[in-house]
Amino acid sequence: MNSSITISKLKSQKLTAGFLTTAMALFLLALFLFSLTIGAVELSVSEISSILLDRLGFTNQNFTAVQSVVLMDIRLPRLIFTILIGTALGVSGAALQGIFRNPLVEPGIIGVSSGAALGAFVVILGLTSFIGETPDSLKVWLLPPFAFLGGVLATFMTLRLGNYQGKVRVTILILAGVAISALANAIIGLGIYYADDQQLRTFTFWTLGDLSAGTWQKIGIITIPIIASTLILTRMAKSLNAIALGESEAFHSGVNVEKVKRTIVFLSALCVGVAVSFSGIIGFVGLVIPHIIRMAFSSDHRIVIPLSALGGAALLILADLFARTVVAPSELPIGVVTAALGTPFFIYLLTVAKRKNLI
Amino acid sequence: MLQANNISYQIGSKSILRNCTIRLKPRTFTAIVGPNGAGKSTLLKAITNEVKLRNGSVMVNGHSSSALDSKALSRIRAVMPQHTSINFPFSIEQIIEIGRFPHHTSPVENEEIIEKVIEKTRLQSYRGRTYQTLSGGEKQRVQLARIMAQVWDKSPHPKYLLLDEPTSDLDILHQHALLGTARELMSDNLGVLAVLHDLNLAAQYADYLVFMKNGEIVKQGETREVFTKENIETTFNHPVQMLEDPTTGQTIVVSIPNHMHLEPQKEIRYA
Repeated sequence: MNSSITISKLKSQKLTAGFLTTAMALFLLALFLFSLTIGAVELSVSEISSILLDRLGFTNQNFTAVQSVVLMDIRLPRLIFTILIGTALGVSGAALQGIFRNPLVEPGIIGVSSGAALGAFVVILGLTSFIGETPDSLKVWLLPPFAFLGGVLATFMTLRLGNYQGKVRVTILILAGVAISALANAIIGLGIYYADDQQLRTFTFWTLGDLSAGTWQKIGIITIPIIASTLILTRMAKSLNAIALGESEAFHSGVNVEKVKRTIVFLSALCVGVAVSFSGIIGFVGLVIPHIIRMAFSSDHRIVIPLSALGGAALLILADLFARTVVAPSELPIGVVTAALGTPFFIYLLTVAKRKNLI
Repeated sequence: MLQANNISYQIGSKSILRNCTIRLKPRTFTAIVGPNGAGKSTLLKAITNEVKLRNGSVMVNGHSSSALDSKALSRIRAVMPQHTSINFPFSIEQIIEIGRFPHHTSPVENEEIIEKVIEKTRLQSYRGRTYQTLSGGEKQRVQLARIMAQVWDKSPHPKYLLLDEPTSDLDILHQHALLGTARELMSDNLGVLAVLHDLNLAAQYADYLVFMKNGEIVKQGETREVFTKENIETTFNHPVQMLEDPTTGQTIVVSIPNHMHLEPQKEIRYA
């Protein structure tokens, strides 16, 4: 009798992954709708739905043209952009912490952020120095591909250095990531020494992140890589649970460890590279979201991976809402807000977890 | 049959294993014994494809093990490592469930199996506990439960359990509980290979003993034939006495401390 009770308890534990994901998705949706209504131009949920219905061909004019433009050209693209960037940062943070079996890992550890920063810096500073005065519009278009290239190149170098006899050695990989990042930062530092005030300002703001640049066009570019990577990473959750025991334990549990490692590093670099190249560097989300999910719910990667994706998006929407309302009509840099909002909550969770011996 | 033929392994120019041949039969408990650094754990790693061999081959049920992928191998054999540390808070049920990942059984069946191995390893009172909060010995029992879950299913082909010093952190009660459980599992067409430090435990549980020294197998055979003063002394370079346990009649080994070294006994002659 005792065993039948515990079996049903286990079954209900199984359900939680699906239940929590659904609940988090609904929370994200609510947050998304709420955030759409906030801003200089007032928009209610019914007005939002009227505008959307109108676009779909059901004409029912109970909104103004300004409202329509604000929703369709500013708020909606910005928020969808924010969701995608947050998803990318959250899911890759969770997957990388899992594959490196290390709670200190954040997406920057494989060199992707520093590489992307170097790529961006080359555009902001280098082009002017080499070609002379470059128009801003050209810079805006050159920045993302350069940042992406820089990020992927740095990750590739890190991965090569971490390779030994066909196997990826995690400690060496992390140290290689640190080295590659240091090198990229040294080059940036050297550039900063020669940069003028305007270039410095542009670069500094890029490193603080910016979500206001979200347009439908950019969304079109980043959606497929981010959503596809997120779905594939979610499917690797079981393998990550086994890898949490150790690589040889995972191998003996039937996991193709090398393949999983390479896939996760590649997909994370892709996600973060794509995100960072369009939004600039937004720290903290990738590090903290997986911890929040683990402490609040479970370390089971079948929960941690999907909820980190959704949670990253939710945190970034909240941070963006704060960034664009608190000093309206101006905005705070998003990177500052994610850190300022996330840290107190994270410290609170740390103290709770410490007491419960969860870390 | 799990078979390692003439395997050698080296790191750089240092030879770790030399020409080791070992056969593991189903329904047999084989123990590897030998001094520290003899290559016992490396031999286990070599048999389980964790290290690349310089030469030699490993055959699993007639197939070359390098031709099988990790998924296929994990359905035939389960490996219990010496120590497993985890950096994230997993519950013991979540750890044990990993043993079910290679199989395509339903979640309900998996939970029933998890339930049974928890009972077998007497971990009922640890349900829901976080792995990190357990002691070394408790962790070993959870790992045993995990690999038991991995080999639980009835199968037409023989399966193997490979244990690397499974009793190192256990008290005597749990040493016997763990090795006893391993022997019980043998009835289901399963062979056990364990690296053991305690010679008496090895002799009590193993049908077959393998003595290793300096990367080579110096002696192997049926326990009652090779468990001798001579084999133990040459393997370990240390004097021992063989005694008979008055209750069970089994041969047991007693090592002699250096400061109590006995003078070689002089023959006493009576005129």
